[in-house]
Amino acid sequence: MNSRELTFTERLYIIEVFKGLWLTSRHFFSNMKRHLARQLGLNRVERGAVTFQYPEERRPFSHRYRSRHRLTKREDGSPRCVACMMCETACPAHCIYIVAGEHPDPHIEKFPIRFDIDLGVCVFCGFCVEACPEDAIRKTSCSKILAYQSTNSPSSSSAISLNKGRANVDGILILS
Amino acid sequence: MMTSLTIEVGKVLLVLIGVLNLAAVLTWMERKQSAVMQDRIGANRASILGFRAFGLFQVLADSIKMFAKEDFVPPMGNRFLHTLAPFVSAFFALIGFAAIPFGNVIHLFGRDITLQVIDLNVGILYIFAAMSLGIYGVVLAGWSSNNNYAFLGGMRGSSQMFSYEITIGATILGVLMIFESMSLQTIVQAQGELLWGVIPKWGVVVQPIGCLLFLVAGIAETKRVPFDLPEGESEIIGYFVEYSSMKFGLFMLTDFVETILIAALVTTLFFGGWQIPYLTADGFHFPGGFTLSLSEVAVCLLQVLSCCTKVFFFCWFLLLVRWTLPRFRYDQLMRLGWKMVFPMSILNLLATSLVILLLQ
Repeated sequence: MNSRELTFTERLYIIEVFKGLWLTSRHFFSNMKRHLARQLGLNRVERGAVTFQYPEERRPFSHRYRSRHRLTKREDGSPRCVACMMCETACPAHCIYIVAGEHPDPHIEKFPIRFDIDLGVCVFCGFCVEACPEDAIRKTSCSKILAYQSTNSPSSSSAISLNKGRANVDGILILS
Repeated sequence: MMTSLTIEVGKVLLVLIGVLNLAAVLTWMERKQSAVMQDRIGANRASILGFRAFGLFQVLADSIKMFAKEDFVPPMGNRFLHTLAPFVSAFFALIGFAAIPFGNVIHLFGRDITLQVIDLNVGILYIFAAMSLGIYGVVLAGWSSNNNYAFLGGMRGSSQMFSYEITIGATILGVLMIFESMSLQTIVQAQGELLWGVIPKWGVVVQPIGCLLFLVAGIAETKRVPFDLPEGESEIIGYFVEYSSMKFGLFMLTDFVETILIAALVTTLFFGGWQIPYLTADGFHFPGGFTLSLSEVAVCLLQVLSCCTKVFFFCWFLLLVRWTLPRFRYDQLMRLGWKMVFPMSILNLLATSLVILLLQ
């Protein structure tokens, strides 16, 4: 590796030490000022640290952020999905599981009896949204994908499932 | 007889408890200060009944953890020496504080009370003797663990401490020549004088290079970053690698106690100890002719407060240095010690003696 030759003042070291101390103490005092102002209620906007205190505080995400899936509905409330398996095929993580059934309406061939996405496996690539020909699956900016417990029960291993023919999003991720 | 004994024991307890508590607070301060310097928050989760106190309870939680852990002695190690080593380290770090003056002589209830545990006429030699004996803790810890890494760490530690102790000795000689005493109380009292009636005759004013060299050697003596080669916990593992539970805790405590000792020594020798500029026994006498008379107790309290503030400031400064500089390599450490700091302290000594000779 080619490293730059040190100049004379750099080789003296002591000047560089004081420069470093100046830098770190400047950080210390400016952050301390912000912490104090925050504690005393003088300035609630500026933060002394970049850390977010996670369970109590949430990092604000951009509105363009896309994470949790949502199944869209028709006007009558039934799912728009026609169980064509395009998303299941496109999924690189193999986390989508669809059971198709015959739809009573002859203009719509199929509908999903079950539509499960295992969010513990999902890589949030958005390929399912790209693949869908019916605009039946979208991604939302909801970032609340968390759970306190994991469970191995296969029937509940999905976060987004379809119950009784209606698109349903239940609020928790279950890691299986 | 009983009263004077009570006073002596009271002073000992005051200093001991004060130092131990400050060391405990420093473990918290180190984490919080580094966090603030690096735009983080630092330890703040330990709480009692939901009351967090900015993470101060972390100290309690850590000590409970230390006490509850298994006390492991390596099977082939020497059990007696292995147990003795941390106590030797902590003991010799703590007794050094006996000679540090934290206030002037106070007259209370017809008695003269020196605000210092013991006013030795060789106070400074006593402190350096205690600090040198602290090396035994490091060597014993490395040797008795029956572990090559610990042994090498102990060797590194002792050679580093020996090297820098010589520099410390050479730097304080200048101070001793100027103040013509080895008693720390006398040195502090002499620093209350004024140069040309304006500048306080603090050690840092008359010995600026000595002060800088003393700080460098002092940090090396505490075995903390950037001179933490004896420990180097993450990569080169040091002399206390075979220690667990409160024995390890004692080594960690020793580190912080030594930090306070160096801060106290810098304060005493170079920053006027308990002196406040222009404050004499009966109040402030500013050079412009302005005076502000204070009662003796008020003056004494101000002086003790000034000493504590200075010590606390230097603790903060040593932590700042610890979180700013990267670690030296071992050859760099030795080169710095023997080829830079030591010759410079000798030159400083030469210059000081020349100036003193010319001024006489």
